[in-house]
Formats: sequence, C-alpha cells, structure tokens
Amino acid sequence: MSTSATEREPRAAESAPDRGRTPRRGWSDLPSPLRHLLFAALALAAVTGLLLVTGDLTALRMAAVGYTMLAVAGLQLLTGGSGQVSLGHGAFMMIGAYTMALLVLNLPMLPLAVNLVLVVAVAVVAGIAVGAATARLHGPYLAGATLILAVGLPGLTHRYHEVFGGSNGLTVHTAGAPPFLQGLVSDSEWKALVVWTAVVLALAVLATISTGRLGRRMRTVRDDETAAAMSGIPVGGTKVTAFVIASAAGGLAGGLQVYVLGTATPSMFTLALSLTLLAALVLGGIGSMWGALWAALAVVYLEIWLSDAVRAFDLSKDVENNLPIVLFGVLLILVLRFQPLGLHGILQRLRALLRRAR
Amino acid sequence: MRTTMNTARRGALAASLALALAATACTGAGEVTDSEGPDLSVSTGVTDDAIVIGTHQPLTGPAAAGYMSISRGAAAVFEHVNEQGGIHGRQIDYRVEDDGYDPARTIDVTRQLVIEDEIFAMFGGLGTPTHGGVVDYLNDEGVPDVFPASGALSWNNAEEHPLTYGWQVDYTKEAKIQGEYIVENFPGQNVGYLFQNDDVGEDSQEGLDQYLTDEVVTRQHYESEVPDLSAQVAELKRSDAEVVVCSCIPAFVALAMLEAASSGYEPQWVVSSIGGDTATLQGLLATFTEGTDAEEVPADAFLDELIITSYMPRVEDPDDEWAAYFIDIYEEYGEGDPITNTHIYGMTQAVMFAQVLMSAGPDLTRQALIDALEEQEWQGPGAVPFSSSGGDHGGHQGAYIVQYQEGGNMEVLQEARVTDRDGGPIEEVDFTPLSPEELVFHD
Repeated sequence: MSTSATEREPRAAESAPDRGRTPRRGWSDLPSPLRHLLFAALALAAVTGLLLVTGDLTALRMAAVGYTMLAVAGLQLLTGGSGQVSLGHGAFMMIGAYTMALLVLNLPMLPLAVNLVLVVAVAVVAGIAVGAATARLHGPYLAGATLILAVGLPGLTHRYHEVFGGSNGLTVHTAGAPPFLQGLVSDSEWKALVVWTAVVLALAVLATISTGRLGRRMRTVRDDETAAAMSGIPVGGTKVTAFVIASAAGGLAGGLQVYVLGTATPSMFTLALSLTLLAALVLGGIGSMWGALWAALAVVYLEIWLSDAVRAFDLSKDVENNLPIVLFGVLLILVLRFQPLGLHGILQRLRALLRRAR
Repeated sequence: MRTTMNTARRGALAASLALALAATACTGAGEVTDSEGPDLSVSTGVTDDAIVIGTHQPLTGPAAAGYMSISRGAAAVFEHVNEQGGIHGRQIDYRVEDDGYDPARTIDVTRQLVIEDEIFAMFGGLGTPTHGGVVDYLNDEGVPDVFPASGALSWNNAEEHPLTYGWQVDYTKEAKIQGEYIVENFPGQNVGYLFQNDDVGEDSQEGLDQYLTDEVVTRQHYESEVPDLSAQVAELKRSDAEVVVCSCIPAFVALAMLEAASSGYEPQWVVSSIGGDTATLQGLLATFTEGTDAEEVPADAFLDELIITSYMPRVEDPDDEWAAYFIDIYEEYGEGDPITNTHIYGMTQAVMFAQVLMSAGPDLTRQALIDALEEQEWQGPGAVPFSSSGGDHGGHQGAYIVQYQEGGNMEVLQEARVTDRDGGPIEEVDFTPLSPEELVFHD
C-alpha cells in the first residue's frame, strides 16, 4: 500500500503540469504563420474593445502607438535580428508618408488598401537601393551611412518644392468611417481600427519571418558573419533582405501615420525621430518583438505622463517645458545601466520571479 | 484543447471582422464626403466664472527661443484682465500646450485641448505647417479658431474654414506695401530678394512683384533648417543689389546682416514684420558675434537705418500709449524677461480676443463669439484697420513703415496704408486706435 501511494504521488505531480501544458503544446503545434495570425486577431480584438470604451483622443494616441510600434518592430528585426544599426529609420517613414500623401492627393479614388500596398512597394524599392549600397558596411559605418539618409532626405522636400510642398509639407483629407457605421464609430476610432488592422497583420508577417528560417539566418549573421558564411548562409543577401523588410515596415508605418494625421511635413521626420525610434527600441527591449510595444507606448505616452507629472510641481516655465525630455534621457540611461534588455527584460525577470515564487 | 478551440474560434471571428474592415475600406481613401456644419449654440468650456481657451505653441525645440514670448505676452494680458474682474465676471483660463513646432504633436495637443480640456475656442495657434494640420479639425468640431499666429494666406478662407479668423497682416499685402515704398523712395536702384523658401517667400514675392519688375537683380532663398547665408549674401553682393528685401524670420535677418557686414557689403535692408523685432535682433546679433572679431561692435550698429514694416504698437516707441501700457503690464505680470515686439504680438492678440469676448456678451456661446467677431468694429491696439467680417477673415489689412536708428529711436517713414492681396490699389487710411482706457476689453 505504502509503495503504491508513493508511486501515485509522482504520477500526480507529473500529470498536473502536463494538463497545464497541453493547450500550450497545441498552440505551439500550430504552424507559425497561423499562430501569429491568430495572435494578431486577438490583439486586434483587444484593441477594438479598448477603443469602444475610450474616446477620440485615446483613439488618436492608440493609432500613434500602432504605427510607431510597427516602425520600431521593423527596426527591431534589423538591429536586434540582423545586428545592423540604422540611424535613418525615420527616413523610410518619411518615404512612406510622402508616398501616401501624394497618392491621396493625386489619385483620391484609390482604395486605402491599394495605397498601403503601393506605399510598401515604394519603401521596398528604396530599401533595396539603400540596403544594396550599405550591405558591405559594418557597425558605425552603416550607422553613418544611414545617418546621411535621415539628415538629407528632408532636404529633398525643399529642393522639389512644387511636388513636396517645402517645409509646410502636404496636407491631405482621408475618408473616415464608412457611411453605414456613422454614429456608431467616430472617424478617429475607425482610423485607429484600420491602422491596427494593418499593423497587426504586418507584425504577424514580421514575427513569422523572425521565427522562421530567415530569422535564424539573420541571427547567425548577427552573431558571426564568418561562421555564417562558412555554413553556407549568403551573408550579404540576408543583410539586404533584413534591411528591405525593415524599410517596408517603416514605410508602411509612415503611410499609416499620414492616413491618421492628414499631414506630412519634413519637420515630422527629422533626425530626432530616427534617434527616438532607436532609443525607444533600446528602452523597450532590443531582443524581442514585445519590446516594440513597450517602445511605442513609451514614445507616445511617456512624455505626456511626464509632462503631467512635472506640471503638478510648481516649477519655472523653462524647467517645466524641458524637464520631460531630461527625464526620458535619465530613464534611458538607468535602464541601460541596470537592465540592458529594456522594459521587456524587466517584465521577463518579474515573470520568472513570480513563477519561482509559485 | 478546448481553450485552443475557443481561442481559434474567437480568433476566426476577429479575423472575419478584420476582413470586413478591409473590405469596407475599399472606397477611395481620398474621397471625402461633406457633412453638415457643427452645432455652434453651445458654451463648451464656459462656466459661470471661467472661460477655458487653448493654444498650441513651440515651448521646446528650435522654434521655442523665437516664439515662446508670444504666449508669455498673451498670458500676462489675460492675467491682467482677470485681475480687473475678468470678462462679464468670468476669468480667462488660458492653456498653453507645447507642440515643439512639430505638426504631428500639434494634432495631438489640439485634440487634447478640444477633447480633454474642452476649450471654448482655439486662440493664436502658432505656425503655418503646425496650424495647417488642425484647421480642418477645429472647423469640423465647431471650435472657433481665432487669430492663428502666422501670416499665411490660407487662414482667410471663410468658405472652407468659416470658424477661422486670421490676424497677422498676410505676407502678400505687406509685401505690396514694401514694393510700392521701394519704387517711390529708391527709384532706379537695384533690388535683391532674400526670402524663406516656403509660403513666406512665395506670398511675399507675389506682392513685391506687383511693384518691382526690372529693378529685381537677384532672388535668393534659404531653408529655415539651414542656418547659413554665405552663398546667398555673396550673390546679393555680386549682383550689386542696393536694396535688399528680407522676407525672413529674425534669426536669418541677423545672419544676413552679419554676413553682409563681414564682406563690407552695406545695402539698405527692408525687413517685413515677422523679422523686424529689433529687440530680438539685438539679442541674436549679440549671440552670433560672441567670440568673433565683431564682438566689440555693438549689436545696435548693425541695425542702423533698418526699414521695417509693422502693424502693431512697437516696444521701441514708449511714447505710444499702447506700447507704454504693455510695458507696464509685462513688468507686473510677465516672466521677468525683457519685453520685445514678439511679446507685444501676443499681447495685442490677447487684448483683441478679450475685446471680442466682451462684445459677445454675458450669454456666451460659440455662435455669440462668431457673431461678435463678424460685427466687431476694431479700433486697436493694432495701428491699421482690421477685418473679420463679410467673408473677409484677413485680419490686419495693411502696414505702416518705420526706420530704426542706432540708439533705439524709431522714425515713422510712412503712415498706415491698406490694400488687398490681389491687384488692388494701396490706399492711405485715417486710422487712430483707441487708447487703453477707452478700449473695453475687461470688466
């Protein structure tokens, strides 16, 4: 009797985690594209729910979180995935943004979906052009080359003033909620929904790439180019592909931004934007797609929260206006010093602690 | 497995929703349908004892240094108004949001002001690219968009933007007056243009070219992002321009003057109101010459004989009733920095806005404000007639011309004249603003 009791004990202990793991095993049994699509659908449902209970201002900011997240996710794939540093990611957002604005202005009858596809196509072409030229560059040299892009591209809008509208940029009107939904969904909510639909689909693609063969190759190239080449991985091709995918994500993000905001000006796509995206990625966590979400939330909300917090203290106007920027910098330094994997690293560590405690 | 099924089903549902979404998004992205006008018989932002108004201003970033003074000036006037008892017993709650001159942030803070702060009206939103992105939104939402701080022609479009009322004299009107003055007073002299390569330059040239034709020997432009004028000034000098019309913001006026001085080139500078704030120019010149050979030269020397078009009271003229009044107010309610004409800009706007709120009466609705704007007979503090009715939302209609003299004196070269933005004539007007005591803009 006693032996059977001791025998039963471990079996029970074994079956308990088993039961817990079964659905997860089913989840990971799904082919990766399907898994990511399902996850995307879930995310979209969550966003829809959130939109229904909040107002127009939140809708605008959620849309901003959406397209920023897409841009950062592209950068994550490039930097975290293939180890290439780009200081010119904002330039690809600008390409997407101006493509979108010009399409809406000159061909207003084109459906949005077609516009977005064209935006991605243009960004891909730009990505190939730049990526092919920079594939041989490493580390700081690549950063320098992409830096030129971020600095130089806004200048084009002045050079071709008639087409791009100079420093006042282009202003467009995009259609809001379809007539049969008027009254149910506001224009802003509709636009946020459209943005998130495009974003989660694109993220599903990015995640699928990242977990697939190409992602593996990128990480191999990132870790050791020579070793990668010796195992038969086309190093240059992989790097260019990563660059092109990142450009496409950036371009799509820019296109979506114009769709929401209705304006594209060079001052929106300065070097500061490219640097902010990179800084936010580091803050959010460079190793994971989740990092992009925290990064986007930080870009959109951190300054708003910090401004509100700073306003609560009665400071002089000069201090009040500039303190949020300083605090963002301090936060970034602290995260880098104590948690190099960013906010996502912190969350992961917390989860591990919780699991251990259980 | 059951949870997986549920997830899958829910996922499928959401996916079909997404597909439906994609399918319905198939009408042209740029095809916008017109909707009915918004309801204006509301008093959003108005309580028994307060009126909430908002604005977007660059308080950080590169544009902040030049333009922060505008909202500071306005805030000082509103504080003064509140101290006097407010407007029909209501205090003005002036909320300034920082957009860093970034149009994307302007859109965000404007929504925040309209939705969260529930402002009664947008007052003095600053910048052409920035305000241009929210002018449709404000009109669609029925938020009066009073006195945007920019001279772009596009604010004066009552058909498309019925709730937007321009304030600054537009660049074309101002340039026409400059052009006529140059033709009459510098006949036969070579004229060179130096302009900012956006709507400022475009609209200014349109006005100048109506009067100047063969005299124009060169047209040079600069980008506001590139702080270097060496090539432009060299070209102005090479083409022997004796009069240079600078349609520039202060930083570039100062830069151009320094560049010219360093190469011994001394044209007659004619500067439009946006760049003609001598106090700001002095500060800039002092900063720019710091640590160079020209450090010893007083900033004032560069500005001698500068010709400026203007439409507001000027801080250089403390004998003027309004200038004296503003200097006193800023001393009492300001942030402690020395007052400049940029402060006066915001202060003049604030007085005029307070004045129209007074006229709108104690039963304040957005419609009442619009009616008051349409019916207001403007009599200052601006030194030229002002238009906000009958489909003309153009604001100040003209300008007067002054010349600055080293030491701080100001001589009026030509009294106020008005004109239109098209080919109409430039006419003299007999206009005297009411004094600060006579003008009713607070209880």
